[in-house]
Amino acid sequence: MAITSEPSGAPPRRWRERFPLLALILQRLGLSALLLLAVSVLIFAGVEALPGDFATTYLGQSATPQAVANIRSELGLDRPVTTRYFEWLGNALQGDFGTSWASRNSVSEQIGNRLGNSLFLAFFAALISVPLAILLGLLAVHYRNRLPDKIINVISLAAISLPEFFIGYLLILYFAVNFGIATFPATVFEGMGFVERLKAIALPTATLVLVVLAHMMRMTRAAILSVMSSAYMETAELKGLGAFRAIVKHAAPNAIAPIVNVVALNLAYLVVGVVVVEVVFVYPGMGQYMVDAVTVRDMPVVQACGLIFAAIYILLNMAADILAIVANPRLRHPR
Amino acid sequence: MRLRDIPISAWIGIVGIALAFICALFAPLLAPHGESEIVAGVWEPMGDAYLLGTDNLGRDLLSRVIYGARTTLFVALAATVISFSLGIILSFTAAVSRGLIDMGLSRFNDLMMSIPTLIFALVVLAVLPQNLFVLILVMAILDSTRVYRLGRAVALDVAVMEFVEAARLRGEGRLWIIFREILPNTLSPLLAEFGLRFAFSILFLSTLSFLGLGIQPPAADWGGMVKDNKDGIIFGIPAALIPGGAIAALAICVNLVVDWLLKRTSSLKGGRGDA
Repeated sequence: MAITSEPSGAPPRRWRERFPLLALILQRLGLSALLLLAVSVLIFAGVEALPGDFATTYLGQSATPQAVANIRSELGLDRPVTTRYFEWLGNALQGDFGTSWASRNSVSEQIGNRLGNSLFLAFFAALISVPLAILLGLLAVHYRNRLPDKIINVISLAAISLPEFFIGYLLILYFAVNFGIATFPATVFEGMGFVERLKAIALPTATLVLVVLAHMMRMTRAAILSVMSSAYMETAELKGLGAFRAIVKHAAPNAIAPIVNVVALNLAYLVVGVVVVEVVFVYPGMGQYMVDAVTVRDMPVVQACGLIFAAIYILLNMAADILAIVANPRLRHPR
Repeated sequence: MRLRDIPISAWIGIVGIALAFICALFAPLLAPHGESEIVAGVWEPMGDAYLLGTDNLGRDLLSRVIYGARTTLFVALAATVISFSLGIILSFTAAVSRGLIDMGLSRFNDLMMSIPTLIFALVVLAVLPQNLFVLILVMAILDSTRVYRLGRAVALDVAVMEFVEAARLRGEGRLWIIFREILPNTLSPLLAEFGLRFAFSILFLSTLSFLGLGIQPPAADWGGMVKDNKDGIIFGIPAALIPGGAIAALAICVNLVVDWLLKRTSSLKGGRGDA
């Protein structure tokens, strides 16, 4: 269709040039898939590099050669590395992460329950922190270099320096122990009512919000400021546009891409922050599961959790890239 | 630069950092009790005998915070110095040599950075033996990816300047160009980054220790002390918050200094001051 409208004589354009947006997005998707594959190799290889043998460590004093050989064949450690890698990856892609070495339970079953819990927590933290961060960022820009901006700046600088567990225990001490208006530990279980569940995750959510809020707000402020100090905003001001119109017509379209990027990056950060917060609040999620597995060196669980966390992180970063591409008008309309 | 040009916030930061280092250096002189000496009952409240109270085993909390400064600062500093050297050398090499070396290093760096640092550390620490040397090395290597990224960006800016070209034409070797031409001209942003990485290292080490994967007991370290005393929180005993507060205060101090360094860098470059 578009080819017929080409001026005669010009060579027919390739689809890549006709749909630059689609090409870029496909390229991102391909890159992310490649990255995921590389990460899976890295995680698998890292565990393979285990100094000493798991079987020997596992058996400790009673490690007779026969017992070691038995354990190794039981866990499938006696087969070549490449075979095991492809088997592991193939099963993982179908949602089967094998059985835990420590508890002999299915890893996928455990993860199924816990991943939902973790995402539930992260979702509510995002729901509160994203609008709040953008609002505060806008406020800071509006009052740039005046008192409100300076207060927000100092508080956010302090907030990014606080470790997650410090905020968590501070909240527990005040709200759960001293005032008694929140619950600790944040236990959730199957068949728990929605409102009950929300009550249980109130404190962990608040902790996560505080942790991400400062980062997100500072980055939003920087992103908006760099747009506001550009030449076209000066032009808009000089030609007499009102502040509101200038922001809506000129600043906002250009600020969307960096802000979306900031939000996606911080959501990725949220996913990792969940690990520590879950341990603090004894919340039955993925992070707690992974930390427990690391302490007892339960490798199938560590590999599975590592892969899932990395995948979520990579997917969110990819989403940030793609949204930034879609939000950029220059890429939407090919020259 | 004169001393009075340093803003108050940066002074607060400098004093805080100095205080922590004094605690670390003179711990045996400053601490009223031994590092793992049991002096009283469990979780004694704050008072004259024990300024900050005692911990979950009846050890003096103040003494442990002072000794903990030693471990925390030493490990965080060692990790930062190694990660910095590694990141700078690799990134400058990449920026100077370009081509295949640059491609290979940068793609590998992208791969390392695509896994969240904490998750990567958990996977690696699950495999490796738990000792101080391994811990420092893991922290350093994971952190060097961030240094590499910044180092390559600033070095690329400088590597295309005329004086670097002149040095090349003079026949200087790659090492001369890296250390005598590029490094002195990128020192200011790198110094700020060093502070930022140091603050991050302190938080990261504390997080690992809190999760039980960092410094192993009975050595005192701030993150581990939070873990030791966390059960007291339910009974309203704030013992866990004291080492936690120490971590937070130190990180804030470092960030205050970094903030000032960053502002100074951007004003030296004729930037717009903020943003």
